[in-house]
Amino acid sequence: MNVSTNVPLGGPAEPLAQRLAELRGPAPQRSLNARSLAALAANPGCHRRAVLDAAGVDKSVLAARLGRPAPFGQSPFAIARGVIFESRLKADDYAPLLEPLRRHLGVPADGHTPLLVPDLLQRSGPAVRADRTAQALALAAADPEAWTLLDHPLLRLDVAGSTAYLEPDALVVHGGRCTVVEIKSFPVLDGSADPAKVGAAARQAAVYVLALQQAAAAAAGQPLADDPYTEQRLPGSPRTSVLLVCPKDFGNRPTAVTVDVRRELATTRRQLSRMTGIGRLLDALPAGADFDLAAEEDGAPARSAEQLAASVEAVPAAYSPDCLSTCELGFHCRAQARCGDRVEQLGRGVRGELGSIRTVAEALAAAGPSTRTSTVTGTGTGDQDGAGGADDAAERLAYAAALRAEALGAPAPARAPGTDA
Amino acid sequence: MSLLTTLARLEAVRSGRAEPLATVRHRHLSDRPMVLVPLTAAGESGAPLAVMLGTDRDAPRLHLVPQPLNRTLRFDFLAELAADLLPYLESFADDVEQIEGSEKDPETGEKTQVFRELCADAPQLIVPNGAGVHHLALIGRSTRFRRTVEDNEPGPYPAPVRVPLLGRWLTHLTDRAQVPGSSLLLPMTGLLARHWATGQSHLEDQHLAARLAWHRPPPGLTGAEAAELAESARDEHGQLLHPPAGPATDPRFDESVLAPAITRYDSAVGALQHSTEQRDEAAAERARAAVRAAVEQLQAVLTAVLLPTWRDVWQGLDLLRTLPPAGHLEERWTGDRWSYTGHRDRLAAGEPPQPRQDDAVTAARKLAQREREQARLDVQEALDDPLAMAEHRLAGEAFSGVVTEVVPDWDTTGRSPKPRPLVTLRTADRPHADLGKEVHRVHGPSAQKAEVVAVDAAEGTVTLRVLSGMGRKKEPEPGSLPEPGEPVTFTLFELTVRQSAPLPEPDDTPWTHGGPPGAAPAPARSTAEDPSASEEWE
Repeated sequence: MNVSTNVPLGGPAEPLAQRLAELRGPAPQRSLNARSLAALAANPGCHRRAVLDAAGVDKSVLAARLGRPAPFGQSPFAIARGVIFESRLKADDYAPLLEPLRRHLGVPADGHTPLLVPDLLQRSGPAVRADRTAQALALAAADPEAWTLLDHPLLRLDVAGSTAYLEPDALVVHGGRCTVVEIKSFPVLDGSADPAKVGAAARQAAVYVLALQQAAAAAAGQPLADDPYTEQRLPGSPRTSVLLVCPKDFGNRPTAVTVDVRRELATTRRQLSRMTGIGRLLDALPAGADFDLAAEEDGAPARSAEQLAASVEAVPAAYSPDCLSTCELGFHCRAQARCGDRVEQLGRGVRGELGSIRTVAEALAAAGPSTRTSTVTGTGTGDQDGAGGADDAAERLAYAAALRAEALGAPAPARAPGTDA
Repeated sequence: MSLLTTLARLEAVRSGRAEPLATVRHRHLSDRPMVLVPLTAAGESGAPLAVMLGTDRDAPRLHLVPQPLNRTLRFDFLAELAADLLPYLESFADDVEQIEGSEKDPETGEKTQVFRELCADAPQLIVPNGAGVHHLALIGRSTRFRRTVEDNEPGPYPAPVRVPLLGRWLTHLTDRAQVPGSSLLLPMTGLLARHWATGQSHLEDQHLAARLAWHRPPPGLTGAEAAELAESARDEHGQLLHPPAGPATDPRFDESVLAPAITRYDSAVGALQHSTEQRDEAAAERARAAVRAAVEQLQAVLTAVLLPTWRDVWQGLDLLRTLPPAGHLEERWTGDRWSYTGHRDRLAAGEPPQPRQDDAVTAARKLAQREREQARLDVQEALDDPLAMAEHRLAGEAFSGVVTEVVPDWDTTGRSPKPRPLVTLRTADRPHADLGKEVHRVHGPSAQKAEVVAVDAAEGTVTLRVLSGMGRKKEPEPGSLPEPGEPVTFTLFELTVRQSAPLPEPDDTPWTHGGPPGAAPAPARSTAEDPSASEEWE
């Protein structure tokens, strides 16, 4: 796993970037953000998603064009709640945020050092904002005594030759190091929060930490540590624990928890390094396949739905039912999995259970009565080597089918009353 | 998920319809269940938006919070819900039977006969899905510590009187729902999943309408097609034809239907406030009408969103009632009745609400209970249902076959010879039966143990030496042994669940587990962190 390819790419990336731009066509590039980068980690084996994300194709639009629009959306109430909670945290010079922060960093509240909140030029363009953030971060890291809070900074991360801009909720700089602060509006109830939501927040924060690590390494003129679990103590480099700030119980009072994101960081790095290997995936694409979602001058779409579907089909997907809740193309891929009669439509676990059997028809053929000829072959548990894998799975299926038929065919056995106590 | 379930799912893919996973109904269904379909306001955990409930499928009742962010309105809603739900929950409390038991005097050790009350029936709540159970647990947690005007120190924001009581009931029911096989509070998706397999994943099965689509797909459609329609078909306004069963609502419904309706309510309330301040009676009258109209509109849109799920839950009940009840349902339901009676008694005794976190002994007890109930459920389901037994046979934990030979034999080592006959059966099953392994006969005339003495895999025969259940005489009691030609089933697991070792009383909690509650750390916590005192309001 050559992670050093993650650092900004030079010359060799140009043809790749060009190829990706061709795939996308004239439609505006949909830049990667922390959420989409984190979602990649959810299904690392999916080439389709890797290619579409690298090319910056708007998957929502693509899904709609393919006839199965993504069911996602965010309720205005959820957005309002998030905004209210965040604004409460920032009231009184960030006091509600700072108090849990100090406690977690183990720094006593002295009241002497005022909190510095530099202006990060929120209204400027992303490049200016990112430069300004880097500058403010360097300045803040230079003074170990100071407390600096970067409110909605903008970070750069180069992903497969294109620049992604990432916006963490806040960064706190103290003692020459920074800590990523992630503000979420799901509650920590009696000391515990929904693990799925915490996991998603950690994956997202890991992307920020990675961007900060790369920036710190680049600023110090050093390569990024090969081992993602090594913490490089460079000026301005991030801690690998992030602060998750959530409402406590049912109120609006904040509570902060440190979350160690080293594992998520390692996953993210692996994912992103794979994305630089996207060239290989692109080579496998047939000539003429692209995902051009733009309209021609007369308003007609440049590519028909059939053309788009064919291009999408050319990149293999790794569908699992989890995709329905994380990927815009989930419904499309499910329909394909169903058309292809593939067993993945029932879940990842099923795939493992059925060994090398890939389609429903194959599985049911194996379970069919015709194959039930060799009923008892030894104890049936002895040979588990790979060679007999398919036969083994087929044999078990046949056995299961016979048991099922027997149980369903036979009427419920007559029971003497009260005998099984 | 076992291979048998997978097989049923594969069959469902092929047939396009739900396929059976059980031949009998494994959960108790009340004659008078309370169906409850909750909705939550997005963005805030446990914030209720509305609930549709009732015991009559033709007469659902709706309660709603016109502005979910307003906590006073939220507690008005909870008071309404309490007034609606508590009479149902309490209606089972008075009809009791006396159960005879014995109690050991702790000092003399003498056993005395005691009678305990057991409620003759118990309430049953049915919610659409697992998230609904979780939502009720959150409501329980957020309300059971609230103080009311009847408390000594009501605090700045007293809740309506019956609301904390509702919270305690909901906490009890959601807690009980964690016990395997219990039936006081059941999610419909879980009930259906236990009894039928669909040709989609468990994740998709969480959508009640999509799940049900596999049971009764419209003519010309497969289950998968019908399920996809239930998931994603929208009307000309972009609203789902079949809204999700909640408790979360569809974001597009929030955006284009609910939010405008709530805004209309807010502005009507604002206008009313303004006109009252201005003492403009005519305007106030108009504003009051506007508030009423806004609430009515909210009622209309929420009813429209809830009704499909309401009907789905009842349809699910219809499906489940087509299955004959399993043999052990009564026994497990009795456990639920004890659970209900126990909570009734705790309330009557004036005990405090369930704590936020259980103490060590209570937690260990609950865990032990759940493990025990899980083991008992597995055994009972296997005894009640050949399909459940098939799971064990596939796993090598049981085997069925036909008796080919019964050879009388005796154990003559003791003073008098005891019958130890050899029973040989032919089976296609492949049990993990080592020689000497103890096996148990299923559905025999009495509990009967045997041990494996020979296994001939090539012939497909297993020979067992029967060890018990044959009476006390030299010859086995007539009918106590299987006859040649008779089908029999033996299990490698015991058919009764053993009681686990007793746990100490909470007051005897060892220091390794924090010591007895109420010792050193507890008072500090209860004053500094009294949940109802510290929880901020609005």
